[in-house]
Amino acid sequence: MTDIIVQADNIVHTFGGTVRALDDISVSFERGIIYGLLGPNGAGKTTLIRVLTTLLKPDSGSAHVAGIDVIQDAKGAREKIGLAGQNAAVDGYQTGRENLIMVGRLYNLSKRQAKERADDVLERINLTDAADRQVMTYSGGMKRRLDLAASIVGRPEVLFLDEPTTGIDPRSRLGLWEIINELVADGTTLLLTTQYLEEADRLATRIGVIDHGKLIAEGTADELKTQVGGDVIEIHTGDELASVADALRRGSIAEPIINTARKTVTIPAPKAATSLLEAVRVLDDSGIEVHDIALRRPTLDDVFLTLTGKATEETPVPEKSKGRRSR
Amino acid sequence: MTTLTQTASHIGIITRRNLLRNIRLPQLLLFSTVQPVMFLLLFNYVFGGSIARSIPPIFGDYINYLLPGIIVQNVVFAATATAVGLTEDLQAGVIDRFRSLPMARSAVLAGRTFADVGRAAFVISLMTAVGYLIGFRPLNGFFSLVLAVVLALGFGYSMSWVMAWVGLKVKTPEAAQSAGFLPIFPLVFASSVFVPTSTMPSWLASFAENQPVTVLANTARALILGDAYIAGEPHLAASGATIGSLVLLSLAWIIGIVAVAAPFAVRSYRKTVE
Ligand SMILES: Nc1ncnc2c1ncn2[C@@H]1O[C@H](COP(=O)(O)OP(=O)(O)OP(=O)(O)O)[C@@H](O)[C@H]1O
Ligand SMILES: [Mg+2]
Repeated sequence: MTDIIVQADNIVHTFGGTVRALDDISVSFERGIIYGLLGPNGAGKTTLIRVLTTLLKPDSGSAHVAGIDVIQDAKGAREKIGLAGQNAAVDGYQTGRENLIMVGRLYNLSKRQAKERADDVLERINLTDAADRQVMTYSGGMKRRLDLAASIVGRPEVLFLDEPTTGIDPRSRLGLWEIINELVADGTTLLLTTQYLEEADRLATRIGVIDHGKLIAEGTADELKTQVGGDVIEIHTGDELASVADALRRGSIAEPIINTARKTVTIPAPKAATSLLEAVRVLDDSGIEVHDIALRRPTLDDVFLTLTGKATEETPVPEKSKGRRSR
Repeated sequence: MTTLTQTASHIGIITRRNLLRNIRLPQLLLFSTVQPVMFLLLFNYVFGGSIARSIPPIFGDYINYLLPGIIVQNVVFAATATAVGLTEDLQAGVIDRFRSLPMARSAVLAGRTFADVGRAAFVISLMTAVGYLIGFRPLNGFFSLVLAVVLALGFGYSMSWVMAWVGLKVKTPEAAQSAGFLPIFPLVFASSVFVPTSTMPSWLASFAENQPVTVLANTARALILGDAYIAGEPHLAASGATIGSLVLLSLAWIIGIVAVAAPFAVRSYRKTVE
């Protein structure tokens, strides 16, 4: 039997009567994993997190976190959760340590307990050296780390991180990933949202793809990739994306997907090399110039494009970090 | 369950946090104190000479008339900090962080309004000291001066709740700044803060004499300058006001404003954040 720790059922939330930010969405996952919520801008990621962290009462639907109904018993739920929102909500004029002590005190820790807890947490997120500097002197990455620290002061059972690494350089991102993995190793359950596929791919045990307030796919990274149907053919072309796509469509190999940002057209390749040959023939017949055409394993990017029709953000990841995370 | 002690402790923590900002960002405190002191000096030396002609000469220099009024003006201006501070916290996501903690719900608004009154207390003390240097004397004794300041701060506190509501309505710090001052200017200038209402056209005077800023300014003056102030102010003398009745009227305004504004602010807070 799996121990479900977060369960949201049929959540609907509308802003201003028109924007259906959450459209009958249901999500659930078990204790001890990292659940990655992946979606483009405006998909509803933040709104879902706000519902699960008691900040927003949805129009309808129900949600339980660590066995507590977050809508009926917000106060109870707050004892179990930690939240690091999309902005680093830390005070610039306080030191890192003071920020954490303040949060500890708000959890009703005594002054001494709050200090000790702040020390523990600072060590865990590698901020001990900068602990006594005002936060306004911190880099963006350090602020995010401190914000993460503040969210674990209360030893939450479930931690919600809304785009924890957005706007952070690749090295700091790696540091944060490490911390996140350690937290999970210590038994915290995590829900994180991201627009970066690489991040979901490397961190998340399970990924939910969200778009227009709906969960449109779910599974492990590998499961999602196989949804695209095996290998894909990627065609690099200059400004002829549309004509390449037209030609492929006429050749009726498969429905092409255009990525304007990367100037590529991809199509599923169900018959692998045979499909590739077909594609080459079709393009050759139509006389369109292509820079490169190749067969490759699908990435989450392809999954995302296939599912949402939208490209995701590029993840700048340093070379040495490439390669799959073992699970 | 949040116990009463926990709630008090949470309010204390948030108040301290908000006050700390003034100390840690010295330019913030500098400019928020330089401006009132500048007002005091400008009014005293630029307008003082001509205004002095329209007030009873029994209180000595214009500074004695001005200082009680400008204390009230200051607590009202200072209340706009509540609107701005709240919107800044909203935008920065700080309020989301607080709300995700199992802390007393009331602490965010209470801590904000208390801190802003605390800051006003500092500014007023400083202004009174500067006033003393340029000739101000509390003619009715020290205790009455303290009572006047406390009443003014109470009024500032009630205005903080109005400003909390304004801030939660407009949501951005920039808008909060301008929206906050909008109701304040007519209230402060169409009042007895700087000049006697008797010099105003009668329609304006009847507004001025009955609005809370005048009530508070008159009360502060009566406390600081003594009964002679009431005797020298025709509309007060005619109404049979005493220091005691003015204090009660001021308290009524303070309580009335909190009673109306606080529920609006709390409702807006819930609506904004939820
Ligand atoms: N307070 C609000 N008032 C009105 N509309 C809102 C509000 N908050 C969110 N929305 C709308 O709800 C939808 C979902 O927004 P949400 O912030 O959840 O998206 P997101 O997936 O977090 O996007 P991003 O990646 O940009 O953070 C968007 O269309 C957004 O404009
Ligand atoms: Mg978001």
